[in-house]
Amino acid sequence: MKVRIKFSKEGNAKFIGHLDVMRYFQKVMRRAEISICYSGGFSPHQIMSFAAPLGVGITSCGEYFDIEVEDSENLSTMKERMNQTMAEGFHIESCRRLPDSAGNAMSIVAAARYTISFRSGYEQTALEDFKDTEQWMKELEKFYQNESIIITKKTKKGMKELDLKPLIYEFSSDKTSACMVISTGSAENIKPELILDAYYQHLKKERPAFAFQIQREEVYALKDGRLVSLEALGEGYE
Amino acid sequence: MRKLALPDEILLSIQQPARYIGGEVNMCVKDPESVDIRFAMCFPDVYDIGMSHLGIQILYSMFNSREDTYCERVYSPWMDLDPIMRSQKIPLFALESQDPVKDFDFLGITLQYEMCYTNVLQILELSQIPLHAAERDETVPIVIGGGPCAYNPEPLADFFDLFYIGEGETVYHQLLDRYKENKKANGTRKQFLELAAEIPGIYVPSFYDVEYHPDGTIKRFSPNHPNAKKTITKELVADLDQADYIEKPLVPYIKVTQDRVVLEIMRGCIRGCRFCQAGNVYRPMREKGLDYLKDYAVKLLKSTGHEEISLSSLSSSDYSQLEELIQFLIAEFKGKGVNISLPSLRIDAFSLDVMSKVQDVKKSSLTFAPEAGSQRLRDVINKGLTEEDILTGAAQAFHGGWNRVKLYFMLGLPTETKEDMEGIALLSEKIAETYYDEIPKEQRHGKVQVVASSSFFVPKPFTPFQWAKMCTKEEFIERANIVRQKFREMLNRKSLKYNWHEAELTVLEGVLARGDRRVGAVIEEAYRNGACFDSWSEYFNNDIWMKAFETCGISVDFYTTRERNLEEIFPWDFIDPGVSKDFLKRQWIQAMEGQVTPNCRMQCAGCGAMKFKGGVCCEGKN
Repeated sequence: MKVRIKFSKEGNAKFIGHLDVMRYFQKVMRRAEISICYSGGFSPHQIMSFAAPLGVGITSCGEYFDIEVEDSENLSTMKERMNQTMAEGFHIESCRRLPDSAGNAMSIVAAARYTISFRSGYEQTALEDFKDTEQWMKELEKFYQNESIIITKKTKKGMKELDLKPLIYEFSSDKTSACMVISTGSAENIKPELILDAYYQHLKKERPAFAFQIQREEVYALKDGRLVSLEALGEGYE
Repeated sequence: MRKLALPDEILLSIQQPARYIGGEVNMCVKDPESVDIRFAMCFPDVYDIGMSHLGIQILYSMFNSREDTYCERVYSPWMDLDPIMRSQKIPLFALESQDPVKDFDFLGITLQYEMCYTNVLQILELSQIPLHAAERDETVPIVIGGGPCAYNPEPLADFFDLFYIGEGETVYHQLLDRYKENKKANGTRKQFLELAAEIPGIYVPSFYDVEYHPDGTIKRFSPNHPNAKKTITKELVADLDQADYIEKPLVPYIKVTQDRVVLEIMRGCIRGCRFCQAGNVYRPMREKGLDYLKDYAVKLLKSTGHEEISLSSLSSSDYSQLEELIQFLIAEFKGKGVNISLPSLRIDAFSLDVMSKVQDVKKSSLTFAPEAGSQRLRDVINKGLTEEDILTGAAQAFHGGWNRVKLYFMLGLPTETKEDMEGIALLSEKIAETYYDEIPKEQRHGKVQVVASSSFFVPKPFTPFQWAKMCTKEEFIERANIVRQKFREMLNRKSLKYNWHEAELTVLEGVLARGDRRVGAVIEEAYRNGACFDSWSEYFNNDIWMKAFETCGISVDFYTTRERNLEEIFPWDFIDPGVSKDFLKRQWIQAMEGQVTPNCRMQCAGCGAMKFKGGVCCEGKN
């Protein structure tokens, strides 16, 4: 059966790169004695597929991967067994059975939600002339309300202009952070840093390095024209 | 969340930040306030190498089993982080608590190869600990060295407070107990060293004086303190089944060199190769019991989740219950996605059979280590592998589907002639011929590939070749050229490949291996001028070293190419590793006569290790 696993990656775990996270979970499967299925051949590998790679430095409470397990696997204890063998910063949020027809995590990703805030200790650097974080975030939101958000990107063929506006599905801000849902996955993949870059390009300033801490909150697929979390495609989700 | 010693902006601008954050699976977490002893255990190389080392994992687990001790890990910051730490004055920290090493009670440094010596100084300096033991006050950790290079600790004598000679499982507890007592009694650093000097296996370099003859050789090496032992006998675990192994090894996030469960099946070796330091100093050979190993294999795979288990020993084929062990591993783990890796197996029908079961024949290669190109020279080095063994093994392997062969040789061995050198190419050619003779055209999977590699021979302390004259850099290169030339003349040259190692590095390794206390100044001078990570070819800079020798007025040749007479006092003679100097002398003389010595199981050669009353020395005597 197919199982979708949602996990969070917080604190110091943000320094672990995507390939290492994959290797980490392969070992989790063995430590937690999950009866995961293996491919054939001389060096069999686990049937495991990650949704959307997360960049080093970004934390997340909505990461996903799918696995194929033997039908004898006990789904009710799976989460707990895995959590007993987690290293610091990683936590399993849910394990849900998927219908056999479900598309794999990687292929269905359409969008992701991110929160941007100031990295602690960098508030002054980032604020510049602004009075406080809330005001800064409001300005960013105002920028989002422009009809188009043009970023000039370097490509192999030279400079290329890209309008980010249609790729941002949602944007809001509060006292300490800005929250956005942006296009992710194989069709149009944009990173939250790109919106910050566009903002600073617009201000004709250099984006201060390390000033922002980014957290991924959720990853979505498109279902019936609506964004739904990957988790919601599993069984028992309310 | 554990605080980190390095801020995000540093961690996000260097390679592999995971090297510096700790937090791996099975990391030991303790409250530093709740322990009496804080021990920083260091492997002086980058994390990826250091985390692959078995010995540290054993000691880490053993120390942390003590309630009064918290053992944490330290590795060399890579060359991208090193300058940042210096310019921002960030003290080197341990991975677990991220606290500065300088606040610990002990800094233990394992010495696995000579070329890490400048990294030892990097560790000390970044930790803000004075390089010289003599300059350390009560506020800094006791610096203790161990590992194979501690069998000649003299080049590092000035930089260490203590050395532990031999296997760590035995007297470390005693040492930590003495430390705790002394600390409770408000004793000084000096008083602790005096207590430590009385513990077997512990060497306190400052309690010994060296006098030299006018020709530079040692006249006298003697204790200057009543507590200092005249001879330091190595420590050894007589019965390995009584010693605890690791149950929960650390599992690194990043891919490290040894990314698998390592099951140590025995220590020591019965073979008696005359160039090999490990084969001599780890005597006698002691096996672990089959039940012990089965039990640990299961526990270790479960606690780590590794996808591979590897057997570790100097010569696995000599493990008496190898067949049963491997059958067990295959039965238990094959089909559960666990690979079984079997290094250092002698190639024969049995090993080929198990290898074909556990690895993909098409992708793997066969490894032989003849070490020398001719039978005559193999007799000199007492390498009991004949040309017939190799060709028969290769033929069997070719029939089994293998078509890649790796061969390991040494150049510059004592008595080596041009014929011996050319023998390397000739033996490689014979292996290629064997393939074409044995395997009919239609059954071949392409060409055979024979890759021969030669390293240059470095005489090591406590081997019969400790008296040997080493080649100069030019001689090494000349010898490699002779071999290369011969390879070019071979008919099957297109199936053959020859690689050789760096000669400059070898010469330096030779100086450090048989160096005395005076060499310490050269290490320090080279380090001051930028030498670090010398075992990494991208960082090794021979000019810095050669200049350091000149500045210090130390001759390279004195340590490498000089003829040593049988009566000379060596810098390491005060250590007793079990094998006696008399035995080594007899072996040296026999080597010159081309006489072989049977292995320990065939006949006891009276090396001296029997006094430890363990392992092969007692086999069949109960």
